[in-house]
Amino acid sequence: MTLMPNAITAAPLLSVRGLTRRYGARIGCADVSFDLYPGEVLGIVGESGSGKSTLLSCLAGLQPPDQGKILFDGTDVLTLPEAERRRLLRGDWAYVHQNPRDGLRMGVSAGGNVGERLMAVGARNYGAIRATATDWLGRVEIAADRIDDRPSAFSGGMQQRLQIARNLVTGPRLVFMDEPTGGLDVSVQARLLDLLRGLVRDLGLSVVIVTHDLAVVRLLADRLMVMKSGRVVETGLTDQVLDDPQHAYTQLLVSSVLQV
Amino acid sequence: MTGQAYNFAYLDEQTKRMIRRALLKALAIPGYQVPFASREMPMPYGWGTGGVQVTAACLTPDDRLKVIDQGADDTTNAVSIRRFFQRTAGVETTEATSEATVIQTRHRIPETPLTEGQILVYQVPIPEPLRFLEPRETETRKMHELEEYGLMHVKLYEDIARHGEIATSYAYPVRVGGRYVMDPSPIPKFDNPKLGGNPAIQLFGAGREARIYALPPYSDVVSLDFEDHPFTPSKTDHECDLCGAGDSYLDEVITDDRGARMFVCSDTDFCASRQAQGHRGRLAPQGDTP
Repeated sequence: MTLMPNAITAAPLLSVRGLTRRYGARIGCADVSFDLYPGEVLGIVGESGSGKSTLLSCLAGLQPPDQGKILFDGTDVLTLPEAERRRLLRGDWAYVHQNPRDGLRMGVSAGGNVGERLMAVGARNYGAIRATATDWLGRVEIAADRIDDRPSAFSGGMQQRLQIARNLVTGPRLVFMDEPTGGLDVSVQARLLDLLRGLVRDLGLSVVIVTHDLAVVRLLADRLMVMKSGRVVETGLTDQVLDDPQHAYTQLLVSSVLQV
Repeated sequence: MTGQAYNFAYLDEQTKRMIRRALLKALAIPGYQVPFASREMPMPYGWGTGGVQVTAACLTPDDRLKVIDQGADDTTNAVSIRRFFQRTAGVETTEATSEATVIQTRHRIPETPLTEGQILVYQVPIPEPLRFLEPRETETRKMHELEEYGLMHVKLYEDIARHGEIATSYAYPVRVGGRYVMDPSPIPKFDNPKLGGNPAIQLFGAGREARIYALPPYSDVVSLDFEDHPFTPSKTDHECDLCGAGDSYLDEVITDDRGARMFVCSDTDFCASRQAQGHRGRLAPQGDTP
């Protein structure tokens, strides 16, 4: 069992009830409920258009849901004043975009990108900010001498690792990831996954990860939620869902994976 | 054309009333950018339309007006704005900082310390200090509202990372009263220390962007910096070649095509009055009168 031992006794870090988001008459995601415990990684899988990304952006407060409740650490996120909500977004929460260009400031050096969240929460010592940035670049395997280069001079994999460093530098408790390995070739993907797995375990992060790549969740996720047409069709422990899928759609999804 | 063709100080009374309301609000919330219904003025944007509207709203027939451009009283912008108010308001004008009651300025704060009762009006091209970091107005307003000013330090961080020091030398961002981050208009950072604790009222007008902001007398103004890279007001390490002043902001003037140059005070009134007191610089004329 990959479930963290403390996850069973602790109170949920993120608690979602009946979350619904409609786009006019269409459904983005409907009636989604789940609990995420501290240190747990929840994977959300499904085909394109199944509402994974809609769900994630509602969770992260990037768009308002039409119905439902989101409790973070016991506080209702949706009724928080905006100042508090934005403080969460740059402190306790992190959001890793699929395309690193959406999550990075392309005109600012790598060090500035990593330092931005530190400065946003009040760091005012250049030397300390730079030391932390260097440390984090090291943790995501970017050479320290690239600290003053702009992300536009980085490869896709480096940009994605830089985005991860930028998000984790303030020690968030909850990380949202939207297809973090999308658009990367398989060897780079493998290294990134390895790195992510290490960081998640070392820092005890709680993660909601959205992907269509079952290999990614097999490696990273403790629990799995399968979505289809905006609804959750199956949930369970990752290995259980992937090895013994119950729902017809999950069976289709699992059997569609190419075996090399 | 004579002055009689216009209302006093060009703008109609309702417009001046509207601007004064914006000014009062700006003074009540130091550093906050108050939107106002900026008017078309008989000069192009970028020539001081914001400053001129603020000056027009402040002037009374008893005022004595001084207009400076980069510190000088005799440059095109200063001369034409001064003449504009001579014609439309008929107010007295002066070049002496200490005698003026209203001073409109572009890019400088006079060297002579200002006093209570004086009004300093700045011409502002871009009032939003966060603009070059965040192009969306909706977003920058939100950042001001929620005091999210981390981005401003990212800019300073980039300066140090690239140049080894904070290379921003003009329009250096300041924080007013521990609340709003403000662009002091493109004054050199040498002038930043004069913003805070100043006995005069400081008003900032941006015509194209339709914003007014203000510093009441004796405001608390802090230039942003890092603990280990503190703010330093910088100037050319030189003395004025005409009046010999070592503590005023200098312009570099190229005097021939073989690299010869001289440094002179950018504040012409300050320089002239020092020369009148008998101070002489390296290249000053050696006669009795300058």
